[in-house]
Amino acid sequence: MATLTEAPPPLTPAAPEKKAKPPRRRGRLVPYWLLLPGILWLLVFFALPMVYQASTSVQTGSLEEGYKVTWHFATYWDALSEYYPQFLRSVLYAGSATILCLLLGYPLAYLIAFRAGRWRNLIMILVIAPFFTSFLIRTLAWKTILADGGPVVGALNTLHVLDVTSWLGMTQGDRVLATPLAVVCGLTYNFLPFMILPLYTSLERIDPRLHEAANDLYARPVTTFRRVTFPLSMPGVVSGTLLTFIPATGDYVNADLLGSTDTRMVGNVIQSQFLRILDYPTAAALSFILMAAILVMVTVYIRRSGTEDLV
Amino acid sequence: MKTTKDTTTAAAHGGDVRLSGISKTYGSFTAVHPLDLTVPEGSFFALLGASGCGKTTTLRMIAGLEEPSAGTVHLGDQDVTALPPYKRPVNTVFQSYALFPHLDIFENVAFGLRRRGIKSVKKQVDEMLDLVQLGEQARKKPHQLSGGQQQRVAVARALINHPKVLLLDEPLGALDLKLRRQMQLELKRIQTEVGITFVHVTHDQEEAMTMADQVAVMNAGRVEQLGSPADLYENPRTTFVANFLGSSNFIEAEIDSRGGDGLVLKAGGGKLVLPEARNSASTTTGGKVLVGVRPEKISVTHADEAGEIPEGRNRITGRIADSSFIGVSTQYVVDSPVCPEFEVYAQNIARDPRLVPGAEVVLHWNPAHTFGLDATQDIDAGTEEEAAV
Repeated sequence: MATLTEAPPPLTPAAPEKKAKPPRRRGRLVPYWLLLPGILWLLVFFALPMVYQASTSVQTGSLEEGYKVTWHFATYWDALSEYYPQFLRSVLYAGSATILCLLLGYPLAYLIAFRAGRWRNLIMILVIAPFFTSFLIRTLAWKTILADGGPVVGALNTLHVLDVTSWLGMTQGDRVLATPLAVVCGLTYNFLPFMILPLYTSLERIDPRLHEAANDLYARPVTTFRRVTFPLSMPGVVSGTLLTFIPATGDYVNADLLGSTDTRMVGNVIQSQFLRILDYPTAAALSFILMAAILVMVTVYIRRSGTEDLV
Repeated sequence: MKTTKDTTTAAAHGGDVRLSGISKTYGSFTAVHPLDLTVPEGSFFALLGASGCGKTTTLRMIAGLEEPSAGTVHLGDQDVTALPPYKRPVNTVFQSYALFPHLDIFENVAFGLRRRGIKSVKKQVDEMLDLVQLGEQARKKPHQLSGGQQQRVAVARALINHPKVLLLDEPLGALDLKLRRQMQLELKRIQTEVGITFVHVTHDQEEAMTMADQVAVMNAGRVEQLGSPADLYENPRTTFVANFLGSSNFIEAEIDSRGGDGLVLKAGGGKLVLPEARNSASTTTGGKVLVGVRPEKISVTHADEAGEIPEGRNRITGRIADSSFIGVSTQYVVDSPVCPEFEVYAQNIARDPRLVPGAEVVLHWNPAHTFGLDATQDIDAGTEEEAAV
């Protein structure tokens, strides 16, 4: 005891003084150090490419002579006036696919959240399972599914569905492959999980007692859905539609593999401008126009759906 | 279960809630055993019991949120057993309030009116919010209110529909003690003001006693006893009721003879008198009886002054094992040959300084405060020790 009590005193008064300051300074800097990898990542792989692409979009020249920044903003106008049909088509296809995803995904997400019971995890795995195969292979598989004279097309023909879609301009004759419908089908299929997951998350958070309360307050099941469940699932609807619509608008794989030259989307144009025609300024300008268009649409959409004061 | 349906229908008042032979089973588990219960119109009725005793299930069957496995639910003359909740003239105040988070207070309260197609709701909603003193908060969202305010919104949201019955599922469970006391009075005031039948589910015996006109004590899916709070407290029929409402001391005794004042019982070496009207056990000589007495009915006298105790009082001897002073009263635990841990609450009027642990005492009480129960029951039923197991 005696040795113990004698030894520590010189240490204890000195230690707090020495240690008191450094940890605090280091403590203040720690968050920034932790942020550094992320900031660097964004700087190198997002900010710099954006600047580079912006400068590319206002360059002129040719591949042989090299490109120079000449602040040639007319590229934007030229690109837009030449490729606006592809832009509109992109929005139309992506919009249709998003609506189809919502119509297919909502009941499924509802089922998983409220009715599945012990099957919940199994169904969730089935929703995610397609991700275990490559995006390309899954899209190519749709070529077989929608093949001319195949069972799907045959069934649609017998049911006279193709008459309706042909009238709408979505298919041609008794073909589905290489038509807008095929592209929309591919987009819907590929982005469906991105709709279901956020929908499920927001539905699952709804207290089932709210359904009981609505029921108790004279709301029939349909009214309960319209007045309680659906409004409360709006955050999921908004994030699901965004996660579907944004990548679907820029997608080119589905249009490439399942469509034809008549179904080219803006993604296909950008891809060929960059990789085949090697007209970098036009490709960069198209990319910026696409980004700006999506940004405007998304902003308007979020404002109008008014989900900020939910949660 | 009995075939008294026709006679009860004739006797029933316009707005009584009548449960006949109602039961609920989940697989092999029986949550509520066949149950007959009538809640008189305009009364404040409490279903009291520990968690899992079937009281909430019973309430939910009245609301229509749970389908009974057997039996019927009547509201007045109307058989509502087959009606879905949105067609029943009944509203519920849920345990966690279940306010709609996306609607403001005004719209929460107006919800029921709007669903019934009533267009001009403003006046009614404003009046209702005034009744629960939340007029200022109409445009706030539920999460911006405190627990007590949310609770009042839940009550307003249900009451505005003028239901035949208001069902309250542990409505005060989430509030702290002080607020709970305040809300108890508040709910009682509202009930008196609107005159609607309230069926209140609670596990808090004090809450049930202070608020309700009638209490049904439930245990393991059965109603143990039904009556006014004072009646249940003074004349418990089972050890569960005796222990769940307040606390009781029990002495195992044997019937010796029948005297002028009631049954004379043998317990240990002494004799106890039990009025026959207060005995729910057998009355045959030699039959076993559990003699009960509430701790606050008992007087403690030091053994040296045993002679001063008036004649005709029930008495037992013992030694003080423990005493604790809690302001208005002193609680003694007395070891007696007839009962190991006899509880006594003595009011602090004139404290005898000799009454300390180790002192020999005589416990005595008026025989009229004695009650007799069937000796085959578990003495500890309904105590906290049993609940903890």
